[in-house]
Amino acid sequence: MLEIKNLHVSVEGTEILKGIDLRVKAGELHAVMGPNGSGKSTFAQVLAGRDTYGITTGEVIYNGQNLLELTPEERSREGVFLSFQYPVVIPGVNNTYFLQAAVNAQRKHRGEEEIDAVDFLALIKEKIKLVQLDEGFLNRPVNEGFSGGEKKRNEILQMLTLEPKLAILDETDSGLDIDALKTIAEGVNGFRSPERAFLVITHYQRILNYIEPDKVHVLVNGRIARSGGPELAHELEEKGYGWIQAEETPNN
Amino acid sequence: MTETTAINDFYRTTFEQCGQEGFLDQPEAVRQMRHSAMDRFVQLGFPTTRMEAWRNTSVEPVAALEFHLPVEASPIDPRTIEPFSLRDSFQAMVAGGRLVPDQLPHDGLPQGVVIRGLADALKRIPEQVLPHLGRYADFNEQAFVALNTAFLSDGVFIQVPEGTLLKQPIHVIYLSTHATALVNHNSQLPIITHPRTLVVAGDNSRLTVIEHYVSLSGGTRLTEANGGLTFTNAVTEITAGAGSIVDYVRVQQESDDAAHIATVQTHQESDSQVGMHTITIGGKLVRNDVNTILAGEGAEVAMNGLYLVKGRQHVDNHTRIDHAAPNCTSTENYRGIMDDRGHGIFNGRIVVHPKAQKTNATQSNRNMMLSDTAMVNTDPQLEIYADDVKCTHGSTVGQIDEETMFYFLSRGIDRETARRLLIHGFTQEIISRIEADSVRMSVDKLVSQWLPDGQDSINVS
Repeated sequence: MLEIKNLHVSVEGTEILKGIDLRVKAGELHAVMGPNGSGKSTFAQVLAGRDTYGITTGEVIYNGQNLLELTPEERSREGVFLSFQYPVVIPGVNNTYFLQAAVNAQRKHRGEEEIDAVDFLALIKEKIKLVQLDEGFLNRPVNEGFSGGEKKRNEILQMLTLEPKLAILDETDSGLDIDALKTIAEGVNGFRSPERAFLVITHYQRILNYIEPDKVHVLVNGRIARSGGPELAHELEEKGYGWIQAEETPNN
Repeated sequence: MTETTAINDFYRTTFEQCGQEGFLDQPEAVRQMRHSAMDRFVQLGFPTTRMEAWRNTSVEPVAALEFHLPVEASPIDPRTIEPFSLRDSFQAMVAGGRLVPDQLPHDGLPQGVVIRGLADALKRIPEQVLPHLGRYADFNEQAFVALNTAFLSDGVFIQVPEGTLLKQPIHVIYLSTHATALVNHNSQLPIITHPRTLVVAGDNSRLTVIEHYVSLSGGTRLTEANGGLTFTNAVTEITAGAGSIVDYVRVQQESDDAAHIATVQTHQESDSQVGMHTITIGGKLVRNDVNTILAGEGAEVAMNGLYLVKGRQHVDNHTRIDHAAPNCTSTENYRGIMDDRGHGIFNGRIVVHPKAQKTNATQSNRNMMLSDTAMVNTDPQLEIYADDVKCTHGSTVGQIDEETMFYFLSRGIDRETARRLLIHGFTQEIISRIEADSVRMSVDKLVSQWLPDGQDSINVS
């Protein structure tokens, strides 16, 4: 599904990602962990197409296509979804309308008929139950006045409605209380399928207690320093990132 | 002789001539007021950019030309105004500064509610009009009010008696370009109209009034006839009785070569709640002076404005809120969107008088710039002469935020749609404050049509 080869990314002359190699197959869920400043969020945003990041070299193949050649909106319509670490507030733009516009952009891209407001409302009222948000949030401007947890639930609501093939969750667990974390984990788990892949980007192992990863990668200083199974996450929880960073330093 | 004097003389001469036409049957008090106003206008002359209140706006284009009064009314084809109609409203129409009698509402008006032409009201019920007419809008200080008052002949008089709640909005359409057809076959004369509106809301009454200034568009011969030069010099006076609730919506969408100068002066008694919404879409040279005096204790005003400025439009909003009594609240929100070479101005003055203790005043002005060549000036002015007062103000000027744009793109929404949704969203902060559903939806539709690649309407609810 996703193959990343030797990806280098610089921001304003400073190299943030220094050669990432990663393969994710359909049906898999990979966790990308790492300390602050390791390049996790840059990695997520580059995959979604944020143009402020400069890709200096490397290749990203997504379902046989060169992902880096696609605009952010094309990536989305092709099934890539990024759950934002900091979801954006959009004053005056109704949450339901925003999501309907997104769904219809995708449908149009696939040559399907657009969904009308009535059918969409019925659909989204079903989906919003899964993230345990009140229906009142549907009529509010996107993320306006939402708490941190509500914004993250809203991101997951968007994911469940857009039904991406590749979902990238950027620190979706940060700042959540345990109930919100469980709800979001349930949303993700119920959404896992053999056709779908996930990249769960996180600082903490906590969310991985509820979402079982197939693989865990540790991003340190712009490189994947270590990869392993779920047990790697537990090791990190116990020992922190220091030991991997220490091992990495001589190589730099 | 300077050019300005020549123009003043021109208006003086016009004034003396119109003694013969339609002004003669006015009550003596009105004739005296008009004479005083004419004298005052000649003394004041048109404002210049040397004056503080006019430093960003040159009225040279209107001061340098001889604008003529329309001479006679011609019939209105109801179909031409159909697009401007508002469902479930009491509708009145003013064309070329004069009320169109056959367009007045007949049925369903509650007992005592008056909606009629100002000239007619002055003739038949002067005792209800004279105590208010000219009492709020000050022609001694403001040249355009003086000019309007000097040529005061017609417009609309609205009165809602004490304790009466009017559910349906009153919708007044002011047709400016229609006046161009009225000149005696002399197609080249620029036209001026001086529509005058007086709204008297009795104690504990409730009403919504929409003033809707439009030009007939679509390249009709009317606009071609005089090169599209029209000058609307409108004055509206509103008095809100104790405990009344008044929502006043002013929508200006004249053609993009019209000059439009507006003065709205509200007077609020105790515990009145007034909303003043000034929506500017059209006009080439536009100046809105929107003011209220919170004269009675506990009065509240929500003063909102939205100015959409593109092409080479120049839109100057001056507002003034006088806190003249204790325990009053004012909430002011103005939003502007500037595109192309448009120039927007917001100047918001809040004056808290010495006895206006416990004043609560907030003011916010935000501007969205859509092009590098557009311009905006924002200038909040607080004058506080009382000590127990809460006042806040803030203004911002910005572009569409790239991070916000990326959020749309990452959801598959293309840049143009995102831009339109963002701009539309920005306008909602003002539009959503309009009380009456039908009015709010109608204004939203007009604003949506203005948007880049405007579609009829964006369904947001």
